[in-house]
Amino acid sequence: VILGGGTGGTLIANRLRKLYSPGEAAISVVDRDDRHVYQPGLLFVPFGLAQVDEIVRPRRRQLHGGIAFHETDIDHVALAEDAVHLADGTALPYDVLVVATGARLQPEETEGMTGPGWQEKIFTFYTPEGAAALAHALRAFEGGRVVVNFVDLPIKCPVAPLEFAFLADWYFHERGIRDRVELAFVTPLDGAFTKPVASEHLSGLLEEKGIELVTEFNAGEVDGAGGRLVSYDEREVPFDLLVTVPLHGGAEYVLRSPGLGDDLGFVPTDPRTLQSQAKPNVFALGDATNVPTSKAGSVTHFEGEVLTENVRRFLAGEALDDSYDGHANCFIETGFQKALLIDFNYDVEPLPGRFPAPRLGPLPLLKESRLNHLAKLMFQWMYWHVLLPGRELPGITAQLQTRRETELTSAREGGER
Amino acid sequence: MTTLTPTGRPAVEVDAEGFLQDPGQWTEELAETIATENGIAQLSDRHWQVVRFMRSTYLETGTAPTIRTLGKASGVPIKELYTLFPKGPAKLAAKIGGIPKPRGCI
Repeated sequence: VILGGGTGGTLIANRLRKLYSPGEAAISVVDRDDRHVYQPGLLFVPFGLAQVDEIVRPRRRQLHGGIAFHETDIDHVALAEDAVHLADGTALPYDVLVVATGARLQPEETEGMTGPGWQEKIFTFYTPEGAAALAHALRAFEGGRVVVNFVDLPIKCPVAPLEFAFLADWYFHERGIRDRVELAFVTPLDGAFTKPVASEHLSGLLEEKGIELVTEFNAGEVDGAGGRLVSYDEREVPFDLLVTVPLHGGAEYVLRSPGLGDDLGFVPTDPRTLQSQAKPNVFALGDATNVPTSKAGSVTHFEGEVLTENVRRFLAGEALDDSYDGHANCFIETGFQKALLIDFNYDVEPLPGRFPAPRLGPLPLLKESRLNHLAKLMFQWMYWHVLLPGRELPGITAQLQTRRETELTSAREGGER
Repeated sequence: MTTLTPTGRPAVEVDAEGFLQDPGQWTEELAETIATENGIAQLSDRHWQVVRFMRSTYLETGTAPTIRTLGKASGVPIKELYTLFPKGPAKLAAKIGGIPKPRGCI
């Protein structure tokens, strides 16, 4: 039984379906709706570069034949009886459970965020509805102060707020009103990003683009009427338009399932094998886990490879594969048809170089380029047609390829890898 | 390796940012010393409530609670946490409680 029909749930269901004949395994996917959102596309919606209906497809249709789809809410998981209790009263017993229900936005956790001004001058582009409403507001915006903020980690795609700031700079340039817009990026971190080398690069870009950077700002309250973002230590940032990323937690049913999640509703998960700490027959991937890497589609995709193998090993009674290394890779849109690419894992921080082949590329790492931007746009096609169906992405491996490692491997194996 | 020497006590090892290397070396006197060094002249009952919650959670679960958990479960609301432990409550309370720096998630 697979909970969640998003990136992780879909690719695991499809990979397992290929691995097992219908006689060997019955596979069920549960989700509360039938709308699969290509989430990276949400970033482009506010700027009119994408429409919501272009990035949403039915979940059912992304699943291979022979996979049952249950469209219903989940009440709770009963670990002791190895069953999922659905909101419609039925129970789904399982031999193996995969939790892939992602993260949930919690704007109501921040005082005042959903109060006066919500969806009028306070927006989030992390939902299709929010992104579409923000598109309207940006079109009508004639000048003033735009503040981009995320309340606290963890959030999905930690680079997205930065990308939004870069694209907003480009957008107001295109409209010829950049000189009438003040842009500020307000973060709880002590720099533009979590990883030191990338953080330095990105802070430089903010400065070049004339975007104010406010750090170590832990937003505790949004005052929509007064147009103020207020931190817990009582600093204030004024805004005319606030683009915020609310706090995240795991799915609600996780909190209703004794022993499954932590206090935020994320599932404590072994970072190398992706087996949950709740019970050996429960696995988790993607945004739903607490593993210390980015909550991002690329992570989910790389995790999917190890997780599929481990479900197989678990069912066969073999020792689990502990080779997931936290590999993440993200395109960072920087505006003006350029993008940057970063590639990292639990231990190696994003560094300059080339991707996917360490020296040949063709994509440059940690450097703005037009090719990275085109690759980011092209990725949507790959997502629906290669990644979700569970096919291999050519040249891209689940584990991070560092230059040293590849050279050593090439020397050993005659460059076969 | 840096060390920290509370008055009249043997030195303990701390990392570059002043977090204890071995939570087992922690004592209440040490907590007072670390607090003073970090600009908290006197640890009040409210401070202790947070520091003890932080420490016991870490010793039980192996992870230090985040600021959101502290706000929900320590009995001290987030706003007050920032008054008690200026700038980064979770980080500072961890340091005073003698446990490793909370791992920033990404």
